[in-house]
Amino acid sequence: MYGKGILKGLGVTLKRYWNTYWDDLVWLFQGKKRYNSPEGIAHRSSSKTRGIFTVQYPEEKLLLPEEARYIPFLVFDEGAEGKKEVRCTSCGICAKVCPPQCIWIVRSNDPNTGRPIPEPTEFYIDADICMNCGFCAEYCPFDAIIMDHDFEIASYSRNVYNMEKLLKPASYYKSIRPENYARNEAERKAKEAAKAAKAAAANTAAPAA
Amino acid sequence: MMTAPASTSTIDLVQRFPGVVTADARPGFTGFVVEKDKLVEVATAIRDEFGFDLLTAVTGVDYLPENKMEVVYHAYKTTGGPGLVFRVQVPRVDPVEVPSLIDVYPSADLQEREAWDLLGIKFTGHPDLRRILMWEGYEGFPLRKDWQEPFYEEDVKPFKSRWPDGKFFMSEDKNSLKDNLKFPQDFDPEKWIPENDEMLYSSLKRYTVKAEDGMSTDRIVVNMGPQHPSTHGVFRAALTLDGETIAGLKPVVGYLHRNHDKIGERNTFLQNMPFTDRLDYFNSMSNNFGYAIAVEKLMKIPVAERAEYIRVIMAELSRIQNHMVFVGMLLNDLGAMYTPALYAFEERELILDIFEAVSGARMMCNYFRFGGVVRDIPEDVMQKIKDLVFDRLQAKTDEFERLLSENEVLVSRLKGVRVVDAETAVKFGVTGPVLRAAGVPYDLRRADPYSVYDRFDFDVAVRYNGDMMDNYLIRIDEIRQSLRILEQAVKQIPQGPINSQKPQYQVRVPAGEAYGRIESPKGELAYYVVSNGKPNPWRYHVRPPSFVNITCLEQMCIGTKIADFVALLGMLDIVMGELDR
Repeated sequence: MYGKGILKGLGVTLKRYWNTYWDDLVWLFQGKKRYNSPEGIAHRSSSKTRGIFTVQYPEEKLLLPEEARYIPFLVFDEGAEGKKEVRCTSCGICAKVCPPQCIWIVRSNDPNTGRPIPEPTEFYIDADICMNCGFCAEYCPFDAIIMDHDFEIASYSRNVYNMEKLLKPASYYKSIRPENYARNEAERKAKEAAKAAKAAAANTAAPAA
Repeated sequence: MMTAPASTSTIDLVQRFPGVVTADARPGFTGFVVEKDKLVEVATAIRDEFGFDLLTAVTGVDYLPENKMEVVYHAYKTTGGPGLVFRVQVPRVDPVEVPSLIDVYPSADLQEREAWDLLGIKFTGHPDLRRILMWEGYEGFPLRKDWQEPFYEEDVKPFKSRWPDGKFFMSEDKNSLKDNLKFPQDFDPEKWIPENDEMLYSSLKRYTVKAEDGMSTDRIVVNMGPQHPSTHGVFRAALTLDGETIAGLKPVVGYLHRNHDKIGERNTFLQNMPFTDRLDYFNSMSNNFGYAIAVEKLMKIPVAERAEYIRVIMAELSRIQNHMVFVGMLLNDLGAMYTPALYAFEERELILDIFEAVSGARMMCNYFRFGGVVRDIPEDVMQKIKDLVFDRLQAKTDEFERLLSENEVLVSRLKGVRVVDAETAVKFGVTGPVLRAAGVPYDLRRADPYSVYDRFDFDVAVRYNGDMMDNYLIRIDEIRQSLRILEQAVKQIPQGPINSQKPQYQVRVPAGEAYGRIESPKGELAYYVVSNGKPNPWRYHVRPPSFVNITCLEQMCIGTKIADFVALLGMLDIVMGELDR
């Protein structure tokens, strides 16, 4: 019969139309919020989704997975009396690996000896050139530079970030990437323990000799 | 399948042309060096006697220290098996001249124009040797090693100004024009008349005025694009029309050109990985794949077993979403606005969610590393992949078929409208689904297996009519075959490390050349990389399927109605990111 294919196709669209309202009703009767709730957004981006699957940005936002990456930021540990202990040692690996070369670091020198000391004097990221590839965070040996989740950075001028803008506390890092943070902390603890054990071994060995 | 070992043809070609062909003796290089004057003769023999009917890549290389230029040709058999590399070396003195192979292999057309455009290698005998990616009147040849861009800082990255004394400055402040451009000394923009259109139209002139039946008819030139909504980006086609019938066509490209190759040569090997994402931005996973294979070949390193499977899973998911969007966008081009396209986008969203969870980005994944991948697939994401593969995507593909495949309006629009026949497709270097829809079962996953594709049980999707309907159906077939591969891959994936190498930001790559090719969703995607042992590639060339496939566009369009042009272009599934590079 001519037109059977068209009717079949229309059946598909009709089913989808029906599903949209059926799903909304089911959620309504179950007393769950399908829209404007994290549960609803998670459902709409799951493999079970049907009906309306769009997310109404900016009222709703997609739930970002832990690994989501945007512009990098610098991590500082909160020391005693609110002192910012910047993790960066200005080793320069991030500046060297950066594909668009958007990281600029001035290494600190000891004013007395002129020898380099492990912290940056200036640190710039040209966020307009940054391609969000994540290499800097991936290859940083000190977990000092981390990719942020904040993607709403549109502005009227160029985004050149200095240290002041880049520094964020380790607690923020923990809040956006809990698993990575836990893994890093475990590694750091293990490293410190190994170091302490080595030092202790050296101490006990020294008097004997 | 006939797969002659490469070694037998090695001996043959030197014996067949004594004194003309010599084996390339440089360490790390393979193939033959052919005398310039005999190139056409040798190429004809390679095609007719040795059966290498598909010339996939023509690559120019500038060897500045040795003061010579080289053109490298990669030829393959459509029956499968390893390829043949032959090259011509000429002194680096202008004019650098190499005979054109366009009569032997028409697929060389646009690629020779590209080599002329970027390297200034003059192909004698090429009928239409105009610039292609840069504009006519552009000064200099940007891929030559002694050429410098307006924002030039240093020959290679990392730049010394960044560390340890990285005082920030903006590149544009160093340029007197405050922009990324430079003009010839005596250039006056007020008086400048672009010559490229003149040359373009004169190349179309061969189709003009003709008298038939005593009636004098004229032909008109119509420009479609560069902003036509159906051109999938900033693509322009200059068409000559005889009534409503297309009599000639010239693609005009390069609006999105950023000289990816030059950027790649400035970068270190690893830094190129995120740049490949930006080629075919629908399939950044496939792009990563090809580049990783090319560099791994050079480095001679194995890939971690688990990573191989992860790579296949990602590449096939990428193919599924690409083909679904292809179908949706094709329907858009044909006038069925948005319903099929948005159905396709729903599935694409779910696949992009997976990409985001494993790599951190939805489209610019940057997920592959030399020897493996960045990070493992988390358990919950693996579950989601399984849900999609075993459950949802199968059903959705069926739904797509119910929606479209039997629709009488669509069928009568697509059926019997010729796209391309097998012979022409091979001649003009078309690869991918378009070639397979014409009846040539040439799929690199089977013809020249890479990664672990030889372990999976799947069929090469092939259709025989070469019309639009087959080009549509083959995409559906390929989605089903990809799902078959995925089902096996997620079942068989072993545990273990995800990279055979230690993470290192600067890889050591021995000198030599490598040609890494994969079956991307749009055709053969290949990377030609030459290393001289330094941290940066000496030559980095991308052979994008979209670019080579449009060589055939004119052949596809001549004799069809202008209304079909939009659909024909849609069939090729071009993406300007990789076409213009």
